[in-house]
Amino acid sequence: MPDISDQILIDNPRRGKISKFRVVWLIFIPLASIAFQVNIPLFFRHLGYLELPLLVTVYFSLMQRNPIGGTLIGAGIGLLQDALSNQPLGIFGMVKTLVGYFAASISVKIDVDNTTIRFGLSFFFFFFHQFFTWILVRALLGQAIDFDLVQTLLFGLLNSLVAVPLFLILDKLRERG
Amino acid sequence: MSRYRNLAVLVIVIAAQLVLLAYQVRTKEDVSLLRSATVTAVSPLAKALDNARGSSLGFLDRYILLLRVEQENERLKTELDKMKLENQFLRTELTTADRVRALAMFQQQTRAKTVAARIIGTGTGANSKAVFVDRGMKDGVERGMAVITPDGIVGKVTFVYPAASQVLLITDPFFAAGVISQKSRVPGTLKGLGRSQVLVDHIQNEIKVEEGEWFFTSGDDRVFAKGLPAGQVRTVRQGKEFKEIFLDPSGLQRGLEEVLIVLEGVHQAIPEGTGPAAGPVSFILPPPESAETRVAEQKALESGIPALSTDADRLREKIKRIGEIQGVRFGNAGARLPNFNMDPNQVTRPQASVLAPPPRPAEGQAPAPAPATATPATPTNPPQQ
Repeated sequence: MPDISDQILIDNPRRGKISKFRVVWLIFIPLASIAFQVNIPLFFRHLGYLELPLLVTVYFSLMQRNPIGGTLIGAGIGLLQDALSNQPLGIFGMVKTLVGYFAASISVKIDVDNTTIRFGLSFFFFFFHQFFTWILVRALLGQAIDFDLVQTLLFGLLNSLVAVPLFLILDKLRERG
Repeated sequence: MSRYRNLAVLVIVIAAQLVLLAYQVRTKEDVSLLRSATVTAVSPLAKALDNARGSSLGFLDRYILLLRVEQENERLKTELDKMKLENQFLRTELTTADRVRALAMFQQQTRAKTVAARIIGTGTGANSKAVFVDRGMKDGVERGMAVITPDGIVGKVTFVYPAASQVLLITDPFFAAGVISQKSRVPGTLKGLGRSQVLVDHIQNEIKVEEGEWFFTSGDDRVFAKGLPAGQVRTVRQGKEFKEIFLDPSGLQRGLEEVLIVLEGVHQAIPEGTGPAAGPVSFILPPPESAETRVAEQKALESGIPALSTDADRLREKIKRIGEIQGVRFGNAGARLPNFNMDPNQVTRPQASVLAPPPRPAEGQAPAPAPATATPATPTNPPQQ
């Protein structure tokens, strides 16, 4: 009977392989996720809870398995998101930089193709993202916004549920070979 | 070694963004190049998504409409009463009234110069209420312009890009506008709360404001022209210092799809060269024309004296005229005080030559006696004591 650590930790080199994507996907997918976030909640208000740019950041960082790559992906997507907000640039940039770095760092140790792990990581990074955004907005911009713990946990759960099929779709874009 | 390199890159990227953030907060300047590039890159995707949604929903609408027509056909066959049929037809007409047509009609009726815009996206801020519209610099949109619908005010333009603009909605916590109540004409400040209702602040607890009362823009903020509906009072309660008045913003009640951007407000032209050089708002309307201003300007035209522009100027002129009417010369030690309660507008203005100071006596001569015309003119309405 396999130990649970065998399912989570990388036990052979094949499972720890770096995934590569075409540059066009690395540009188009983040832009599309931001366009989705900007446009869709206008007509389907209930989809406003979706943080697709974050999920895309987590996915690409996990698949790259390179902390520097994850850092740069996170910073890029975060700054793009900042540019569409009415806040100074840098808040989402910093938070997503950290998300990208940690996601890429952790991906070296665990099997990121495992669905349960993907679900758990998405949940964790969503919570981390929301909590850290709240801290930065309060500390650096002095805005007294509320942090609704229950809502954040619930939205984290919903985002994780979306993350699993989304990651499977994005897996199709990986280069073979 | 690789671990330190990763950490070093992380620290550099975070530090760079921290510096960027600090620069923006400290200098209040924006990195418009990045914003402009992002909006330009995302706008086509957002428009494509919008078109795709429009097509799919259009198909669904037509399908549902077809089903409804079928049902209505069945029902109409059973209805023999002609009046009932006519009523139903009129009701259907009303419910299916085209929002765009209503907007166009409003646009024709209003004296302000406006441009119709379509909402194509929302802002991404954690607590922000901002939207993107499909009109930008090319359409003459400028930062600070008011955004309205026939139902009321919607927000103001905060960022302008070549083909799109960002509009800060009145529900955003950073939004504020001058408003005035319809019944008691009490001025207050409308503020966004980050949720569907907005707050009217700075109204004393003693002042009576009723639920259901309407608030309109006062024009004091020089963004919104005076007299635009802001919202209806939903809740009023006593606060610590000021009343807590919550409004349902009328401009957002029927959802947001099309809006009007006010290119030129109703009551003026943009002041030349007097706008702020840099600041959050660069398009500022001149102050609203009040009844007092009109009276003062009319009198100024009649007397040939240039019109006064500020409240301080008008107060100074009023005191000066009171002094002239009552024969008091300000600045003389021991001079009696005039009656400041009188209304100089109720008194015929004396001729400038009559009130001119007496000519200086030549050296060695005794000063001439004060002219008889220096006695105060009789006001038509004596001042109330």
